[in-house]
Amino acid sequence: MDKRLERILPRVQKPARYTGGEYNQIIKDKNSVDIRLAFCFPDTYEIGMSNLGMSILYHTMNSLDYVWCERVFAPWGDMYEEMKKAQLPLYALESGDSLSKFDAIAFSIGYEMAYTTVLDMLDMSGIPLRSSDRTELLPLVFAGGTASVNAEPMAAFIDLFIVGEGEEVNNELLALLREAKAEAWSKKQFLARAAQIEGVYVPSLYELAYNSDGTISSIKALEGAPERVTKRIVSDLDASPYPTRPIVPSTEVVHDRVALELFRGCVRGCRFCQAGHVYRPIRAKKYETLVKQGIETLKNTGHENVSLLSLSSSDYRDLMQLCDGLLDYCEPRSIGLSLPSLRADNFSMDIMHKLQKVRKSGLTFAVEGGSQRLRDAINKNVTEEDLLNTCRLAFEGGWNSVKLYYMLGLPTETDEDIVGIAEMANKVLHCWRTYAKNKNRGVKITISTSCFIPKPHSPFQWEAQISTEEYLRRVNLLRSSITARNVVYNWHDAETSLIEAVLSRGDRRLADVIEKVWRMGGRLEAWTDYFTLERWQKAFEESGTDTWFYAQRERSTDEILPWDMIDVGVRREHLIREREQCYASALSPDCRKQCSACGAAKLLKGGRCDG
Amino acid sequence: MDKIRLRFKKTGRSVYISHLDLMHTLQRGFSRAGYSLKYSEGFNPHPQISIALPLSVGASSLCEILDFKLKEDAQLSDMADRLSRVMPEGIEMIEAYEPSRKVSEIKWLSIEGLMEYDERDRGQMCKELDKFFAADEIVITKKTKRGMGETDIKPSIKSIEFNVCDAGIKVSATISAQEPTLNPELLVDALRQKMPELCPDFAKFTRLETYDAQGKVFR
Repeated sequence: MDKRLERILPRVQKPARYTGGEYNQIIKDKNSVDIRLAFCFPDTYEIGMSNLGMSILYHTMNSLDYVWCERVFAPWGDMYEEMKKAQLPLYALESGDSLSKFDAIAFSIGYEMAYTTVLDMLDMSGIPLRSSDRTELLPLVFAGGTASVNAEPMAAFIDLFIVGEGEEVNNELLALLREAKAEAWSKKQFLARAAQIEGVYVPSLYELAYNSDGTISSIKALEGAPERVTKRIVSDLDASPYPTRPIVPSTEVVHDRVALELFRGCVRGCRFCQAGHVYRPIRAKKYETLVKQGIETLKNTGHENVSLLSLSSSDYRDLMQLCDGLLDYCEPRSIGLSLPSLRADNFSMDIMHKLQKVRKSGLTFAVEGGSQRLRDAINKNVTEEDLLNTCRLAFEGGWNSVKLYYMLGLPTETDEDIVGIAEMANKVLHCWRTYAKNKNRGVKITISTSCFIPKPHSPFQWEAQISTEEYLRRVNLLRSSITARNVVYNWHDAETSLIEAVLSRGDRRLADVIEKVWRMGGRLEAWTDYFTLERWQKAFEESGTDTWFYAQRERSTDEILPWDMIDVGVRREHLIREREQCYASALSPDCRKQCSACGAAKLLKGGRCDG
Repeated sequence: MDKIRLRFKKTGRSVYISHLDLMHTLQRGFSRAGYSLKYSEGFNPHPQISIALPLSVGASSLCEILDFKLKEDAQLSDMADRLSRVMPEGIEMIEAYEPSRKVSEIKWLSIEGLMEYDERDRGQMCKELDKFFAADEIVITKKTKRGMGETDIKPSIKSIEFNVCDAGIKVSATISAQEPTLNPELLVDALRQKMPELCPDFAKFTRLETYDAQGKVFR
């Protein structure tokens, strides 16, 4: 271990997150591999080690014998300060080697607020931030994750992006890099070749021109790069690699359990939801596969919990068989099974009873909108009746805490819709008074609101976000409408939502703003401890850009959008049609009832969409 | 099955795993190796597993003691090997056996430490350290359950010796393991409080062996 590190560790909080050495980590001989890859997660160890995508790709990339992929996380503030003081560069957990020794640096970027942390991790490694300042082929800096569906704000910093699911394309890229390294290609030569791999987006090969009003006038692909980069997917999830020997952290992390992914994509088509559109088409794993992988992983990790992941677990066709299969193994061993992402409209008490034999924790439902009209407008197929029926079942079953999630600022929202949230909470309370088995324990109804953020590739990608002042007005309206004592109201702050809105639909001209914010000390900004709006305001001012242009401006459907070179499968016409349906407050059937021909099925190579 | 005792080492990167996290890590390890720990009865069942002398974060040990019960009978001869294979780097099981003595009979610990001095003369330091620890009493301020208190640590030091080595000064000592417990870090604290000029720039300690009150190796 590095002497400097050894002296720092006793002084920082939770040092075990900075040492590596966990069970199932992958150690290789660095002299016998061709490519050393630092796989970076721009957030803390506790968050990154809870990420299933990170775990899958760590193993798929390490399955190549010529690649050693190691993990890197962002240090918490105290460790960051100590490392700076000791001039200790950022290092990978497995080998302890500084990132400057690596051939490739890969980032998994799941959310916009991680952008400044990406810059910080490069800087802590002594690697120049801008792609144009890194003239050599190595180290190659690439990124993937949900943020790559609009990679533009980070375009100046990242050499290339992986669009879509990385299981296959990452390894194709690494094979090309191996060849390039062996034959000493130039970076330019490599990037031009890499752009030919399906799912690889090389920002420097796209030239953007702008109109006088700041909108984009043209996007031109250079050097044979495709006009549009098509998202990569894995067609057959049963055959795709799943790590049954994941790393078991030796210290507590956020999701400290076995994660089983039931399916990718979502049949629902909620119009505000980016994930529901960009992860299409729908591909499910067979329940037999899941049971087998779940048991194997439990044996290999010793975990006490399994969690079933997907965008909407109750839409998994064989949920009962899956739960039964897992419970046969889990119950005698006191292993818990949890099922997040349940929907209020097809909630099954049978399943809830199966899952929560011992502990009756709270139930959480994402209702999103306060009136039926608004829920229809956003295509959230939940009725008040569904919700109240579910609450009745839950209260009769002994639950006494319900959380309801809403968004404020959705397109077409009126004050009536907002007051409707408070009314619905009252109805839930009334339901508890009528049906609860044991009223002595009391009831807790929690309402949470966040500010709607229009996202790329969703039907609302052209919409304006409401201003922070307007959001606060709506928050106050809701606050004053809530009268019952047992109803608690929490609201997400408007400031982060504004910056998220700017970044999620930003373009490559935002690079200066992001870099300025980082230079002013911005890092780990997904944490309220580390976020301040002032830095962003100052950076926007200095760069002569404003947040209104990106967040609060309604865009015309014929405007060229910064992410138009990215094809996630769902057609633009589908998004436009869905947006029109919103303004007509009309529902669209979910994929199981009727296929809407959204276009994502074209990505499948064999097999069919499970919608 | 009755109580089983396992001796293990905690060295290398694993020294940064906290006591609480170690308990959790060990429990998962048992499960990975195919052993089922016995749970306590009652309202809030917890696995019957305990570490004799919790170790501070950052300290190494070659003589940790873990007592536990299993649900079913198990062979003891291959238990240490089976568990070692599923442990994080640095945790290595030595042997498993049925204990005949209570852990409360542990009285002394032999320890070894390395004190690093970046810019001071080690030979000189060595002499000064010998003198400092030869005093009749060494009263220091330390945190107790009831706020800050004064404690004489000298009775908890059975023997202590300093020798110059390549990396700094090697400390070899036998200190009280329990009632009262002397955390080796207090040796450094004593210097920091009483004679900062002798306080090392960095120090680390390793537990070597456990002894009973009579000075015999405890098993």
